[in-house]
Parts: sequence; structure tokens; C-alpha cells
Amino acid sequence: MKSILEVTNLKKKFGNFTAVNDVNFSLNEKKTIGLLGPNGCGKTTTIAMLLGLITPTSGSIKIDNEDLNPRDHQFLSKMNFASPYVELPKKLTVMQNLKVYAMMYEIRDPLRKIEELIEKLKLQSLIFKKTGELSSGQRNRISLAKSLINDPQILLLDEPTASLDPDTGDFIRTFIEDYQKNNPISILLASHNMNEVKRLCDHILMMKEGSIIDQGTADQLISKHGRNNLEEVFLKIAREKNEN
Amino acid sequence: MKIKRILSLMLRHFYLIKGSFPRIFDLIYWPTVQIILWGFVSKFFTMYSSYFGNAVGVILTAAILYDFLFRSSISYNMLFLEEIWSRNLINLFVSPLRSSEVICALTSTALLRTLLGLVPAVFIAMPLFNISIFELGFPLYLLLLSLYMFGITLGLLVTAGLIRFGPSFENVAWASLFFIAPLGCIYYPVDILPEWIKPLALSFPLAHIFEEMRSILVNNTVNYKNILIALGLNIFYIGLGIAVFYKAFKSAKNRGTLVNIGE
Repeated sequence: MKSILEVTNLKKKFGNFTAVNDVNFSLNEKKTIGLLGPNGCGKTTTIAMLLGLITPTSGSIKIDNEDLNPRDHQFLSKMNFASPYVELPKKLTVMQNLKVYAMMYEIRDPLRKIEELIEKLKLQSLIFKKTGELSSGQRNRISLAKSLINDPQILLLDEPTASLDPDTGDFIRTFIEDYQKNNPISILLASHNMNEVKRLCDHILMMKEGSIIDQGTADQLISKHGRNNLEEVFLKIAREKNEN
Repeated sequence: MKIKRILSLMLRHFYLIKGSFPRIFDLIYWPTVQIILWGFVSKFFTMYSSYFGNAVGVILTAAILYDFLFRSSISYNMLFLEEIWSRNLINLFVSPLRSSEVICALTSTALLRTLLGLVPAVFIAMPLFNISIFELGFPLYLLLLSLYMFGITLGLLVTAGLIRFGPSFENVAWASLFFIAPLGCIYYPVDILPEWIKPLALSFPLAHIFEEMRSILVNNTVNYKNILIALGLNIFYIGLGIAVFYKAFKSAKNRGTLVNIGE
């Protein structure tokens, strides 16, 4: 299977503190990798390096077999990102926001693409509302629409269902699953929702203190650590950290 | 550099301004108040002082030109701050938008915002005080270009500070022009300054711009040397501003501060 993202010996140091230490992984086409780990374990720094927001201290990132050159922003047209912690301008309507980003990503037929996303994400009733007037669940859907505006080959999602009610959370998870079935998209998902990670991810990277300390499918990790579910595996790792 | 990406960021700010009456009002209100205020002050000087026959024209033109500079710089800063306040910066930085495209988009939008605010004020000054900045003739456009370039330079430096130090640098954004105003010789000639400050004042384009404005209005002579020095200094300073902006951006990427800039 074709690897779309290849991360080799990725390292980031802030002064004497090593935030990410020799991280290696490969994301294959149409697959989803989950990044799991306690707060401050290096998930966000890893994602930020993949998006060109942070310059790695060393290591390499290859996208579609090409070395990521931070000076050439063209690699960013193959990717996109969504997080409830990053918002779209609140004073603009949903339609205006999507038009701006469609233009920014140089989409050939922006209206067709926007209409397609509106339909898939059931945004019809929200399209002319100001983004700031929407609920957090609605805003998450808009943010997801923005992140798919350029048909990205790689989608980075940072806690896409954080603070959502179970119904909206399930809608988003189902949407992501369906979207991936029908589109050539690979996903890197950072989440603290263990059920979400188990449901969406083909492979899980467990991070601790900047390093990947374990990896495998959800079932492999549960069985390896002798626990009943992924949450217990997570707790074991987090508490091992505290005991150290 | 892609024009479509530059236009996309301009469109984002056009939507913002178009959809908000308070924002449009704010853009027009301050330059108009400034000009009316200075108009009456200078009219008072004319009526009670024989020193300056055409004080209204000189002071009011200086006020209009200074406001043009002020609006250019503040508009540039405001556009960047809007992205921080709306927590949208990360979305911009993870898009294919290049730093050079961000600079172009903000520079062009700042000009449109400035003109939107200043044009009504200029036309209000005409019937109210019988003053037109167009009396400066063709050199006016060169002086405006110089002021705009210097306003953008200050905007670039403040934006670089916002990227490097985060939103706490916001106060500097508001105060940036007041730091430089005393050396700009906006309302008084360079000769008023103490000898030891003169070289410092003349190292900025503002002193040359406002000296030339007075020369045209008071002596009816155009000294293109002043205009060219101002433009030359501006090219140097805008180059410096761009270099500092890029350095701040690179430094923020190394330090990881871009990720938290809106928090």
C-alpha cells in the first residue's frame, strides 16, 4: 500500500527540553493513524511540525514521497487541518468563510465544492448565518467543511469531537468514516476520546514524553497491556508517567 | 506569489467590513473628527495671529497627511489583529498562503481601508475650511506614496512584534506612531528641533515629507530632492520591515510560538 506520509527520526527541542524525540511513523493511503497520549506528550508539536507551523530540530517529513520543504508552501495544498481550538472568523457567514478558503486553496469550481460539502455535512440551514452565532457542534462541522475544501490527501484532526454531545460527536465520526470510504484521504487523528480512536483508527501511536512508546491496532494494544479497553491502556501509560 | 490567494485574504476583510456598520463608521468617524478639530484650531490661529497667513492650509493639510500615515499603519495592524482575535491565524498559516502573499494582501487592504476613511474627510474639509489637499498638485501623490510606505513599514514592524511576542505586543501597535511623531516634524519645521536631534529626525522619511509639504504650501516651490530622499529612505525602511517580519516568522516557527499566538 502506498505511503502518503513518512516521518523519520523527527525531533523538536525547545532549549534543553525535548518535546518530540525521534518519532517515526508512516501513514498509508486511505488509512487513519491515531495519536494518543497524555497532555504535553508531544502530539500537538508533532502535528504542528507536519503542518509547517514549527520547524523540526532534526528528522525528515516526506509527503507523497517528497521531502517537506518549509519554504515551499505548496505541500500545504495537499493537506488540511481542523481543530475546535482553531476557529473561523466569527463575523463572516458560513458561506463567506467557505468562499474565502476555497479561493485561498485555489479550488477550480468553488461553488460546486461548497455545495457538495454543505450537503454532506448537512449545513443547508446554517449557510447564511454568521459563524460566531453557531453552536460548538455546528462550528465543528463548518471547520470540518473548511478542512475538506481542497480535497486534501492528508487530513490532520486535533480532537475533532471535543466538547460535543454524543449525537453530534457520532454524526462527525460517521461522516469521517463515510468520507474516507469514498475519497483517497489519509487521516492523522489526535484525540482523548478512546472510543473515537478505537472506531476510526487503523493504527495507534501511543506517545509519552515526546516519544512513541508503543503502537498497534486498538485490539493489539489492549491485549498487549492486559487491559479491558483502550482507556485502561491510556490510564496505565499516563500513571506510569506520574510514578516515574 | 499567487494573486488569487492574495485576493482571498482581501475578500475575508472586505466581508468583515461590509457586514459591520460600526466598523465602517469607525473608519470614517476618526479622520473626519480629526480634520474638523484641526480645522477649527488652525482657523483660530489665523484669526488671532498675523504670523502665519495660511495657517489653516498648512496645519490642516499636515493633519490630513498625518492621518493618512496613521490610518495606513493602524489598518495594517488591525487586519493582523483581527486574525488573532478571531483565532483564525492557524487556519491561514496551514493554508498554502505564503508570507509574501500575506504582506501583499494586508498592504492592499490597508490602503483601501485608509482611503475609505480619509476620502470623506478630505471632501468635508473642502467646503468647511475652503482647503483642498489637492492644492499640493502632483507632488501630493508622491508624498502620499511615501507616507503609505512608511505606514506599512511601521505595520510590518508591529506585526513582526505580534508574531514574536504574541498579543501582549498589541499595546505597542496602538502606540507605535506616537513614538515617532515628535521626530516627524508634522506640525513644525525641522529647525525647531534641538541641533543634536535633527540628524535623527532627518534619518526618517517623515521629516522630509512634511518639510516638502510646507515648502509647497508656504513658498509655492517644489523641491523634488526632499521627495526623492523620502522615497529612498522609505525603500530602505520597508526592506528592513520585511526582513524583520520574515525573521520574526522564522523565529516563531523555531520557538513554536505560532501555535499559541491566539491564546
